Amino acid sequence: MTDLATPAIANPVPAMSSEELRAARLSAFVRYSLLTIVGLIMLYPLIWLIGASFKTNSEIFGSIGFIPQDPTLDGYRKGWETSTPYTFGRFFWNTFLIILPKTIFTAISCALVAYGFARFEFPGKKILFASLIATLLLPNVVTRIPQYILFRDLGWLDTYLPLWVPSAFAGDAFFVFMLVQFLRAIPRDMEEAARVDGANSLQTLLYIVVPMLTPALISVALFQFMWTMNDFLGPLIYLSSVESFPVSLALKLSIDTTEAFDWNRILAMSVLALLPALIVFFMAQKYFIEGISAGGVKG
Amino acid sequence: MESRFLGLAYLAPYLIGLLIFTAIPFLGSLYLSFTDYNLIQSPVWTGLDNFRELMNDRTFMKSLRVTLLYVFLTVPLKLAFALFIAVILNYRLRAIGFFRTAYYVPSILGGSIAVAVLWRYIFADAGLVNMVLAGLGLEPINWFGDPVNALFTLSLLRTWQFGSAMVIFLAALQAVDKSLYEAAAIDGASKWHSFVHITLPLITPVIFFNLIMQMVQAFQEFNGPYVITGGGPLKSTYLLPLYIYDEAFKNFNMGYASAIAWVLFLIIMALTVVAFWSSKKWVYYAGDKRS
Repeated sequence: MTDLATPAIANPVPAMSSEELRAARLSAFVRYSLLTIVGLIMLYPLIWLIGASFKTNSEIFGSIGFIPQDPTLDGYRKGWETSTPYTFGRFFWNTFLIILPKTIFTAISCALVAYGFARFEFPGKKILFASLIATLLLPNVVTRIPQYILFRDLGWLDTYLPLWVPSAFAGDAFFVFMLVQFLRAIPRDMEEAARVDGANSLQTLLYIVVPMLTPALISVALFQFMWTMNDFLGPLIYLSSVESFPVSLALKLSIDTTEAFDWNRILAMSVLALLPALIVFFMAQKYFIEGISAGGVKG
Repeated sequence: MESRFLGLAYLAPYLIGLLIFTAIPFLGSLYLSFTDYNLIQSPVWTGLDNFRELMNDRTFMKSLRVTLLYVFLTVPLKLAFALFIAVILNYRLRAIGFFRTAYYVPSILGGSIAVAVLWRYIFADAGLVNMVLAGLGLEPINWFGDPVNALFTLSLLRTWQFGSAMVIFLAALQAVDKSLYEAAAIDGASKWHSFVHITLPLITPVIFFNLIMQMVQAFQEFNGPYVITGGGPLKSTYLLPLYIYDEAFKNFNMGYASAIAWVLFLIIMALTVVAFWSSKKWVYYAGDKRS
């Protein structure tokens, strides 16, 4: 939204005839209209969702409008309480408990590995980097069952360990790849100067590389936050006690238990479930756009 | 002088993770696919039995068919949309940042259960979409009740999340040297000609990248069908990841589930290899013959 300065007049255009000018204006008008209409169609479901979460159950399937005729907080009040012994507050707290260690582990492990790949020569480097790309493309579906058996044998089922631990071992190859791309674009002068001054490689990493890499690390943390927030299959497989459910599982549970009649409860909790991701995205959108443009991305 | 193995020390977390969480499970599931394993007794080697059974498993065949249909429907639709919008945004528009953000929002939220819930509501019989259709004087559509529509509705959910592919396209489009267009314009090329003969060839590496990534993901779609349709009606949205999940974590047929997972993996691999092989013919790498 701050990008209004994008070159609107990039090339000094030699004098246009009035006909050309009219054509250019028309085509700009068509483009803006198209973008606005498509954008509205895309975003209206989300806007409608917010409005509908304040509607009464009878109104949800009765109007396409956004503004509730008879606004109510019932959906939020009842939805928050859930049909379990826990409130949604508990599920948000659980989500946070999953996200925080995972994000920290990811940032640390991926920074170490990316530093290794981007700044050192060692035997087998090429093949190891190829393995990183291969992991990026490897469908998780093929490793999931043995991973489950492994975590079961370790006695980790129904704990957060299966969700946390792989991230401490650079489990998301995508982030390593992204950081390597960032590091390759940063000149090595400062690091070389530090080395000449006697810093060892770890000190160089901590005091020179990490500060320069901070924007990229923020991107990594944000993506990991979003993906973990949205992750459903992981918790579904590993967690069985309702008391440790994150928001995604709790929402599915509330559909299964209340759907037939209490629509606004579900919609209200869906709004709350989307809210953290939306807030984080709008506060830090430039990191997302930069992250994706630099590393390519899934999603 | 530091040891030439110092770099490897920094890679240690990755190497351990690669071994424990990727390589061993990868081979493990290959092994399990030749066994009968219910998590209680030890795995029993059954040779090719699982794969033979798959050939006669009508649920599997149906699931395989709808999965392929889903992928071949979703990926082109999503990429075409992403490229189309990126091209429009790439005209020196004001407010490009605003539109880019707006289009990107669904990608950020798209994978979440809340959005799947929303999809259920807006495509319900009396939902938002049908109300709009009624307002336009059109017949309501039974989005989830009809097998063909149901798959298409799920495909729309993915297509709706074209933002991340779009941002990648946009970055590539902005990197195209503007002087090429000017030269083409002087030679009398139309905008369409410039697009086909200059823009498209120059961004083929990015098209290729997006194609592979989107395909690998589409084959693994789970949340949408699980939450929205539960695989129905008549198993018309019962994608392979759902079948694998049910076999593995509901019926505890770990061997059979692994066999399905490997078939899925081999299909993805085969298509990726075909894409890489064919890319020599259509992907243009500026000045670098090695890549």
